[in-house]
Amino acid sequence: MKYILQRIAFYVFTAWAAMTLNFFIPRMIPGDPISALLARFQGQMNTDAIESLYVLFGIDKDASLWSEYVDYWKQLFNGDLGLSFSAFPTPVSEVISEALPWTVALVGITTVISFLLGTGLGVVAGWRRGTWVDGVLPVTTFLSSVPYFWLGLLAIYVLAGPDSFFPSSGGYDAGLVPYPDWAFISSALQHGILPALTILISSVSGWILGMRNMMVTVAAEDYITVAHAKGLPERRVAVAYAARNALLPNVSGFALALGFIVSGTFVLEIVFSYPGLGFLLFRAVGAKDYPLMQGIFLIITITVLVANLLADIVYLLLDPRTRKEG
Amino acid sequence: MNEPVLEIRNLNVDYGLGDQAVHAVRDVNLTLHRGEVLGLAGESGSGKSTLAYGLTRLLAPPGVITGGEVIYHPEKADPYDVLALSDNNLRKFRWAETAIVFQGAMNSLNPVHKISTQLNDVLQAHEPKMSAHSRNARCREMLKLVGISADRMDAYPHQLSGGMRQRVMIGMALILQPQVVIMDEPTTALDVVMQRQILGQLIELRERLGFSVIFITHDLSLLVEFSNRIAIMYGGRIVEEAPAAALYRDSLHPYSAGLLGSFPALRGPRRELSGIPGSPPDLKGMPSGCSFHPRCPKAFDPCSEHIPVLGRPDTTDGSTRTVACHLHPAQVPAGVSSPGER
Repeated sequence: MKYILQRIAFYVFTAWAAMTLNFFIPRMIPGDPISALLARFQGQMNTDAIESLYVLFGIDKDASLWSEYVDYWKQLFNGDLGLSFSAFPTPVSEVISEALPWTVALVGITTVISFLLGTGLGVVAGWRRGTWVDGVLPVTTFLSSVPYFWLGLLAIYVLAGPDSFFPSSGGYDAGLVPYPDWAFISSALQHGILPALTILISSVSGWILGMRNMMVTVAAEDYITVAHAKGLPERRVAVAYAARNALLPNVSGFALALGFIVSGTFVLEIVFSYPGLGFLLFRAVGAKDYPLMQGIFLIITITVLVANLLADIVYLLLDPRTRKEG
Repeated sequence: MNEPVLEIRNLNVDYGLGDQAVHAVRDVNLTLHRGEVLGLAGESGSGKSTLAYGLTRLLAPPGVITGGEVIYHPEKADPYDVLALSDNNLRKFRWAETAIVFQGAMNSLNPVHKISTQLNDVLQAHEPKMSAHSRNARCREMLKLVGISADRMDAYPHQLSGGMRQRVMIGMALILQPQVVIMDEPTTALDVVMQRQILGQLIELRERLGFSVIFITHDLSLLVEFSNRIAIMYGGRIVEEAPAAALYRDSLHPYSAGLLGSFPALRGPRRELSGIPGSPPDLKGMPSGCSFHPRCPKAFDPCSEHIPVLGRPDTTDGSTRTVACHLHPAQVPAGVSSPGER
């Protein structure tokens, strides 16, 4: 229990540091966002309006950095992420909440499937090493080193097209309104298959490889020999003795890999013009929409931290040696 | 005491296949009698552990059994060859008839499961009809037998000391009341005090439960004290086999003499400790003839040419022991029949 509290304290600190950075970085970028907005209105604004815009965006020139920082935190706790420039005057939180479900559905589900599938296949590949299964390994090594976006481009080039079943971009048919009826869901699924498969194919090999190699390492442990000597059924030795121990590094590997997974899938969303956070971030950067960028970074940071915390807790449940009780 | 329980006949174990193969165990003949403690001693790489893994078919690749038989005599049924068992029957044979206590006391237990789970596993696999309650009771009983309080049932291996872990392993080995227990350097990872304590307990348990033990170690002094008979291995072969006392009093093979000369006696006159010059043979390029001859102080002409046969020597107690040395040419070659008729 003490360990979990320690971990939570650590993550709270990390979150604070990340959010503080999030506050400072846009302010350190030369130029300011208002100028960018003004340029869009081509000088048709009077000075009062400009002044109030500065206050509205929280970059009041008269306020000190410290009071801005305090205000930033106040707003964060109220769930107020400011107003988006590019979709002015829609609040950032609203823009993000439209994109978030797409990313969660695509990246979240495929990552979990990929982890489970890859780990399962890795167990089999590791346990049956020296048989034909080893022949699959070079393929997985190749696939795990291919970046998501490249595989995505290839998939679009080869599979998608005007006459193809697979659409090359978007999250659903342009003619539909997001509404949970069959036409929309089937369209969303149809649009999701190609990006999902791309993520799955390029990420599953990494898990297969990692798990397979851990299985081979663990299979040489003394307790595996003992388990065989005990006359336990093959399946019991493979699952409860070998896989159970081989899983541990893979779980911590999962936590470590999360950052890469998130960044990789964001680029993939851009490739597929998928209406998720990654594509939103891409557009925000293009439009110099600082509040939106800040908001998205915040969401990413919090998600990765929470996922890390979850991985820590799972590890704690799986490995009795990390539990520090009497 | 005369009845054999495990007969190893011409066992050969290689590592690797074809020309590259290393012969780790060569033509080993050894008989374990009911209720006895048979010590197996030798340097590192002499093939003693490989012999133990070979006779239980636990060799990890690239280890291969290239020939021989391991005849097991169950208490009430006909003897059978362990090496010819089907996978399914082999699983049933393991632990129920022959249990093993392994070298690494620290790593023999699965770190992520409780002691109780690992003890229960054995019962679940071998006696599926047993109720959960009686399984539990049996596990507690075994822990008590090896001197571990029953409240440690729910402990994880990392919460136990090295000595406790090895005692758990001994308890686990005895849980199905096997006829044969193979101990592969069970105490090397422990300090001498713990070593003595555990061995004492083991001998006591053996007297109570009546199983036979093959005790593998490189510590000959331990065997002299605890075993009935001792077999000495060198370069994958058995070079001498004799009752413990006889071997200690006068060993016939110069290698055994060298081993015995390398530790001090507690009583008796002072003598100089001597080691064995040279280093263990390279299994890839064994010397011709007797593999010990390059290091042997008593080597003479035939040693480098002919491999000595393991057989009964021409001594007064020659009927109880065998040796493979040209100094003591075999009168009756020990072969298929059991060597020591006592």
